[in-house]
Amino acid sequence: MSALVIAEHNNTALNSATLNTIAAAFKIGSSIDVLVAGHNCRSVAEQLGKTAGIAKVILVDHEAYAHHLAENLATLAARIGKGYSHILAPASFFGKNVMPRIAALLDAVQISDVTAIESADTFVRPIYAGNALATVQTTSSPVMLTVRPTAFDPASAEGGSAVIESAEGSGETGLTRFVGQELTKSERPDLQTARIVISGGRGLANGENFHKYIEPVADKLGAAIGASRAAVDAGFVPNDYQVGQTGKIVAPQLYIAVGISGAIQHLAGMKDSKVIVAINKDAEAPIFQIADYGLVADLFEALPAMEKALA
Amino acid sequence: MKVLVAVKRVIDAYVTVRVKADQSGVETANVKMSMNPFCEIAVEEAIRMKEAGKATEIVAVSAGPATCQETLRTALAMGADRAILIQTDAELQPLAVAKLLAAVIDKENPGLVLMGKQGIDGEHNQTGQMVAALKNWAQATFASKIEVGAGEATVTREIDGGLETLTIKLPAVVTTDLRLNEPRYASLPNIMQAKRKPLETLAPEALGVDITPRFKILKVTEPLKRQAGKKVANVDELIDKLKNEAKVI
Ligand SMILES: Cc1cc2nc3c(=O)[nH]c(=O)nc-3n(C[C@H](O)[C@H](O)[C@H](O)COP(=O)(O)OP(=O)(O)OC[C@H]3O[C@@H](n4cnc5c(N)ncnc54)[C@H](O)[C@@H]3O)c2cc1C
Ligand SMILES: Nc1ncnc2c1ncn2[C@@H]1O[C@H](COP(=O)(O)O)[C@@H](O)[C@H]1O
Repeated sequence: MSALVIAEHNNTALNSATLNTIAAAFKIGSSIDVLVAGHNCRSVAEQLGKTAGIAKVILVDHEAYAHHLAENLATLAARIGKGYSHILAPASFFGKNVMPRIAALLDAVQISDVTAIESADTFVRPIYAGNALATVQTTSSPVMLTVRPTAFDPASAEGGSAVIESAEGSGETGLTRFVGQELTKSERPDLQTARIVISGGRGLANGENFHKYIEPVADKLGAAIGASRAAVDAGFVPNDYQVGQTGKIVAPQLYIAVGISGAIQHLAGMKDSKVIVAINKDAEAPIFQIADYGLVADLFEALPAMEKALA
Repeated sequence: MKVLVAVKRVIDAYVTVRVKADQSGVETANVKMSMNPFCEIAVEEAIRMKEAGKATEIVAVSAGPATCQETLRTALAMGADRAILIQTDAELQPLAVAKLLAAVIDKENPGLVLMGKQGIDGEHNQTGQMVAALKNWAQATFASKIEVGAGEATVTREIDGGLETLTIKLPAVVTTDLRLNEPRYASLPNIMQAKRKPLETLAPEALGVDITPRFKILKVTEPLKRQAGKKVANVDELIDKLKNEAKVI
């Protein structure tokens, strides 16, 4: 058996979700190659070459892959992926976008958002916003998997010495043109890998209050900031802050939900956190049913008090 | 431009889903079913395109049992012009649905296909991307804004770090994210009128598609439940617990 992992990166740095995906591939017990497709991205391949346990890094360095357009990348990955027993990518917006396209090109089925690997052909994945877990077996080949990063400890980025092999691109499909990106800039830790996350909901009432009440506490804790869908829809914070079934899945050591009611779609994105704190003025809010520590309080009083107490 | 919209029938988003005792699946008997919320957004977007003079006809398509007619009638009541049901009681997996939709696309030749980014039931988040691959068309997933131009569309997509804008060649597949629009409710007169709009039924075999499942669900189980912890009296107690009991700060 041999597995191909599709690396997620921004041409200069590896996205750490790739290391979680490699760790999942180890559980299949196969020899592992990693595909790095991008533009001027050799440093990513070199970084991956040091990851313990990888046999080969396949580097495809071409303008066509600069922006990870699904059409170009899938055509390439389907060509390179032929012959592997398994192909894996992180279940991030990147992996979700490109993997099903590769699968269809290979006439293979995909198992999405895998949280446990039982054997080389049997996998566990959450469905219905995490209300149920499905154990799925497939005999289709290759086995296409997107992997939920929070479910696997990352592979060690040290100690390996994989060969880096350059491969040809597959050209441009000409179907899509990249126009631009608007990335949220932040000095804070990354939401998906932070040790502590503090999220705000509709209870914050406006975006200004995220600055005034959430940020000072986040600063004291060195925390990343997240949000509920209601807070994002209302424009308090950008879309990439959304935690939940259809946003980001996080599992930090400490998750603090502030002014969030605890809808099932929100819980789906954070209920695997180690310790959960809820601050809500409604003692009946469902979030308290899963919180380790609940504080029934007005957030506009509780957060400034927290900031002070943490000084 | 003809717009084809794929709509899926799912357990309503506000139903508490329960796992069956025999682990064969989730309870669906006497459970409220609705159009998948992301598909509602897709239907709404198609209607807005028609209202803006960009779309000429909206065809809603669903694959599944006869009860999907109800979901298609909802799409018609919202403003779709006609509907196609690919009727089967067999289990449908994303690749099979994608092949069925690709076959309908071959018959209908739409200029744009709108789909939800994911079904809130199986949460595969695959079918749109697969349709695009099978047709060798451009795809724009997780759309929060679509502007249709001449022979192409410019789409803003939600991605991990923020937003991305792409220009895609038409015909193409676009999948919707939550912030694309807020779907309308069908008015009573429109619901009545929708009953008279055309709804065609096709069989998977007639489309020449093999829908045999390619993976097997061995069991469906309940996840470990988190226990509610304790209430703390005030901020000082909270900080003390986090420091000395949970030891996370
Ligand atoms: C298809 C679909 C996908 C979805 N995906 C997601 C998702 O990915 N993520 C997500 O989060 N949601 C998602 N949702 C939405 C979800 O169902 C809820 O609507 C949403 O999570 C509610 O956000 P909220 O808790 O901030 O708002 P509300 O439910 O309105 O709760 C606000 C809370 O703030 C409290 N509050 C108000 N003022 C104060 C104060 N001064 N001090 C303390 N507490 C206060 C209130 O008591 C209340 O509990 C999805 C829904 C659907 C249908
Ligand atoms: N049975 C179906 N009938 C019609 N459309 C479907 C069906 N299954 C999936 N889709 C479409 O594909 C999208 C993504 O679904 P999924 O890949 O199952 O998460 C849905 O929002 C629908 O637009």
